[in-house]
Amino acid sequence: MQAEEKFTEMTWPASPEKATLEAKNKFLGFWFFLGGETVLFGSLFATYLALKDKVPDSSHPLAKDLFEMPLTFLATMFLLVSSLTSVYAMYHMKNYSFQRMQAWLLITVFLGACFLGLEVYEFRNYVHEGHTFTSSAFGSAFYALVGFHGGHVAFGLLWILSLMLRNAGRGLNLYNAPKFYVASLYWHFIDVVWVFIFTVVYLMGMVG
Amino acid sequence: MSTIAQKKGFGATVWDYLTTVDHKKIAILYLMAGGIFFLAGGLEALFIRIQLAVPNNDFVSAGLYNQILTMHGTTMIFLAAMPLIFAFMNAAVPLQIGARDVAFPFVNALGFWLFFFGGIFLNCSWFLGGAPDAGWTSYASLTLNAKSHGVDFYILGLQISGIGTLIGGINFLVTIVNMRAPGMTYMRMPLFTWSSFVTSALILFAFPALTVGLFLLMFDRMFGGNFFDVSAGGNTIIWEHLFWIFGHPEVYILILPAFGLFSEIFATFSRKRLFGYSSMVFATVLIGFLGFMVWAHHMFTVGMGPIANAIFAVATMAIAVPTGIKIFNWLFTMWGGSIKFTTPMHYAVAFIPSFVAGGVTGIMNAVAAADYQYHDSYFVVAHFHYVIVGGVVLALLAGTHYYWPKMFGTMLSEVLGKITFWLFLIGFHLTFFIQHFLGLMGMPRRVFTYLPNQGWDTGNMVSSIGAFFMGIAVIIMLINVVVTQVKGVKVGNDPWGDGRSLEWSIPSPPPFYNFKQLPLVRGLDPFWIEKMEGKKGMTPAEPLGDIHMPNASFLPVTISFGLFVAAFGILFHVDDKPWALPVMIIGLGITLVSMLIRSVKDDHGFHIHKEDLENEDKGVKA
Amino acid sequence: MRKRLHKWRLISIFAILALALSGCGKPFLSTLTPAGEVAQKQYDLTILSTSIMVLVIIVVTVIFIYVVTRFRRTKKNENKIPKQVEGNHTLEIIWTVIPILLLLVLAVPTVSYTFNLADVGPMKQKDKQGKTKDALVINVRANLYWWEFEYPDEKIITSQDLVVPTDKKVYFNVKSSDVKHSFWIPAVGGKTDTNPEGENQFWLEFDSKSAAKVKNQFYGKCAELCGPSHAYMDFKVRTMSQDDFSAWTKEMQNVKKPVAQGDLAKEGEAIFNKSCIGCHANTPNDSRPEKARTAPNLATFGDRERIAGILQHNEENLKRWLRDPEKVKPGNLMTGKYQKLSESQLDALTAYLMGLKVEQ
Repeated sequence: MQAEEKFTEMTWPASPEKATLEAKNKFLGFWFFLGGETVLFGSLFATYLALKDKVPDSSHPLAKDLFEMPLTFLATMFLLVSSLTSVYAMYHMKNYSFQRMQAWLLITVFLGACFLGLEVYEFRNYVHEGHTFTSSAFGSAFYALVGFHGGHVAFGLLWILSLMLRNAGRGLNLYNAPKFYVASLYWHFIDVVWVFIFTVVYLMGMVG
Repeated sequence: MSTIAQKKGFGATVWDYLTTVDHKKIAILYLMAGGIFFLAGGLEALFIRIQLAVPNNDFVSAGLYNQILTMHGTTMIFLAAMPLIFAFMNAAVPLQIGARDVAFPFVNALGFWLFFFGGIFLNCSWFLGGAPDAGWTSYASLTLNAKSHGVDFYILGLQISGIGTLIGGINFLVTIVNMRAPGMTYMRMPLFTWSSFVTSALILFAFPALTVGLFLLMFDRMFGGNFFDVSAGGNTIIWEHLFWIFGHPEVYILILPAFGLFSEIFATFSRKRLFGYSSMVFATVLIGFLGFMVWAHHMFTVGMGPIANAIFAVATMAIAVPTGIKIFNWLFTMWGGSIKFTTPMHYAVAFIPSFVAGGVTGIMNAVAAADYQYHDSYFVVAHFHYVIVGGVVLALLAGTHYYWPKMFGTMLSEVLGKITFWLFLIGFHLTFFIQHFLGLMGMPRRVFTYLPNQGWDTGNMVSSIGAFFMGIAVIIMLINVVVTQVKGVKVGNDPWGDGRSLEWSIPSPPPFYNFKQLPLVRGLDPFWIEKMEGKKGMTPAEPLGDIHMPNASFLPVTISFGLFVAAFGILFHVDDKPWALPVMIIGLGITLVSMLIRSVKDDHGFHIHKEDLENEDKGVKA
Repeated sequence: MRKRLHKWRLISIFAILALALSGCGKPFLSTLTPAGEVAQKQYDLTILSTSIMVLVIIVVTVIFIYVVTRFRRTKKNENKIPKQVEGNHTLEIIWTVIPILLLLVLAVPTVSYTFNLADVGPMKQKDKQGKTKDALVINVRANLYWWEFEYPDEKIITSQDLVVPTDKKVYFNVKSSDVKHSFWIPAVGGKTDTNPEGENQFWLEFDSKSAAKVKNQFYGKCAELCGPSHAYMDFKVRTMSQDDFSAWTKEMQNVKKPVAQGDLAKEGEAIFNKSCIGCHANTPNDSRPEKARTAPNLATFGDRERIAGILQHNEENLKRWLRDPEKVKPGNLMTGKYQKLSESQLDALTAYLMGLKVEQ
């Protein structure tokens, strides 16, 4: 099958993300990349756990003084739902319905942006309470871990948006289908990382 | 097709290499860049040995010595050994599995250019206020205490070249999984391909730990972070863990491909199938796996407590078992064979006792309680040079001679090759054997000089003399390269006469599409099987057809160059230089725009048409 | 082949010759002349592991030499195609199991000694006043390029020269006040890192017989790269019997403010009080907190073995050091901390410093 070939709903393959050799390579390579990302976040988690509540003096706020459930819960919901909407988008990609895929991707991007907005708002609150990147080792570790994740979310948003814009005029083919698929894989990965952040940083932080 | 061999002008050739995505040309780029850095690292080593030849020497100052020492280690590991290994992986792996290219040719080129610009950036430090001086391990407390920009060059340079290595690793993983020729099952892959596969996996899982460590250090030094600042609650031991979680697998990243190269050489020049192939594969995978479980044996004296020390000691000893399996398998590959002592085989044969010596001192280091004496002494210096020089460097020299005909189509002189070998081997043992004893006599490593009357004078002098033997050996090898290329005597498909794997079934150097028709693989050592049945080449697995090839691209260079520029901005932003921020933005801009072009512009590659391939055949016959 | 063997032999002869020339190293510095329980244990482990490893090397070498001599390709058998052997399960099992057994032999003492060397129980047993019950504890603090030794229970502080009793366990708390260093007395026992965060504990024992052979003095080293003068971060260990040690502690505790003898030294005292005392204490009972003790304690300077840890202890070298510390020890923290001293000031200061003695 050629990458440039035009398809109809009938001729569109069942797994367009793996239909060509290039696509298979991209698919597998991205999984490997996520393996590396796992080690990256693992290292950041380990650093955070080692430096949690390590502050220069007692006036500095600790985890249990900072985190608030409602805000992070809302953010978590945004991101979890955006993962679900990206699944819908991929469902439509596999069914060769381009417009629907674009619509669900747009919702995904919107939810992701909401999450990011909340995160920025949250960080602003912490800074007001004296918990900054430079205030303590705890602060550095916290912003490194959560900030790296936030950076990943922002990158994911730009990535999905640019894919949507680039292909808006020409619809799906075997050249861009794996690109959409891999972007959604990335999005799921970010979501999974967030589940761990929510547990390890926020839930465990609030317990003390 | 214009790409088919034609005489080109110099400019065109340069442009060709700047834009190439062909794994064979990238291999040559890696070989040249890695070779140049190897010479730089070797020169630094000679300076070290000159300084230490006699007590109280003042050939270099204390501060400069620490820079040389740091750059020697960093250059040799990241900028010489790794790229040279990538050179052979690029040159041989796609050919060995019967592929026309790697899975991601563009990424392959990008990986090279990132490494290259990272290495150049690191070496720019020499001219911009001094090189890094905290050792190749750059332990955090010393790094944070460093006054010059040296360690900032280390942080950013390694970060850039590290990304290159990481994507190179992913590329080879995918290539080996997805691009194998028909019939090339996993258990028929040559051992060099297997070790490249495991090494790539190690790169994938080890380098992110270094990436994180370097990021934390960068934040601390340049953006007010407190990860390692004890007064703000930080902890410098985190760096040690992150560094060695990367650093120990790194040792196996280097040595496994060396094992792979030697496995090929032993089998080829013994004219015999590799003994215990499946146990060799098993041992390779096991070493790779265990390599992640033992990082803390570099930290026995840090104060982790006896429980952690004991666990890591025993885990480390376990690695000796698969390594031992390999040694005996090599010996029994030669057993009953018909051994031809070519230059590569000289290296391979010398590798066994040299590496065993390095391996057993590794076990001695694993004995935690006794390691309190060896740690950070010259004993350790001797140990890791025995494994890295006696293992990796011998393999790289062997590989250079072994694969030179396949990469360049000419044969290096065997006479000069053997002279190089003997000088290098003698120099190597002379330099490093005595260092075991210097360490046991109480000489700490990384000292810029030493006082007389401590019993170390003779040993150090011997060691320094040995270093010069190695230096001369390398010079002779360079002469060999020049002489060979000037003579330019072309060789055929299988210049060693005993080739066993697929790369020897195609011309030297291979055409840019490698295999006109993908070969059908019928077992381990596929080319040997065909030869034994009296055939000249491989049986094709497909009819002659169009071949799909990737387009050349200049973007890998611009993406990497952008990061190179941005790194200067980041580095000097600490000094509040007004131009730092614009430089950083311009650099990142170059990178991001290049990346955007890459993602927006469709790249479908091109096809070599069946007719052109047929014409080419006729052209040769006519 | 003969040529190869010949060269191999040459190399080993050269190496052995070099070894013979230097022996086992200097007894005050070498791990090969263990002078205490810890070093002895580590030496035993070294010998055990070396023996096992030599056994392995011999087996490999025998097979190796046999193979490379016996199976060479010659003119006669040039076209011979050897049998393509796949492997041999029995052999492969043998060379998997035997190394495992050998490693077990090594692993058992490794684990046991590792725990033994980490046993610092006695230093944790404190009496009501917070003093250690039955053990001598020394706090070692590593600094950019000098060492401080504090005897917390005796309330005395020295620098550069570590004084210890022989034939009993001495317990150490080690840490660093700046970058990471590592505390190592090769002849007496392995090293322990001094980290900027938190203390490490370990113990050493100094054997009186071995100490007698080296005139009661061992060399100590910093083993972790810590900056330009890492190579010069030496210290000396003076050993004495328990009785002498008790006497020494008494003397140290009784030292009051030092009295300068003679006019020149008095002049030097004035300079010291003006330029040096901000960092350097001149009594062993320095009550300032650690952070304030930014330079070596000089109470026993006249008794020291070395100047700046490396130079022979004499007036000429002291002046050299005071004139331009940077030249002697690059990167040290004393450079630039005081005004340039004239030659007469140097004479005075030298006279004063050399007079700072505790022992009679």
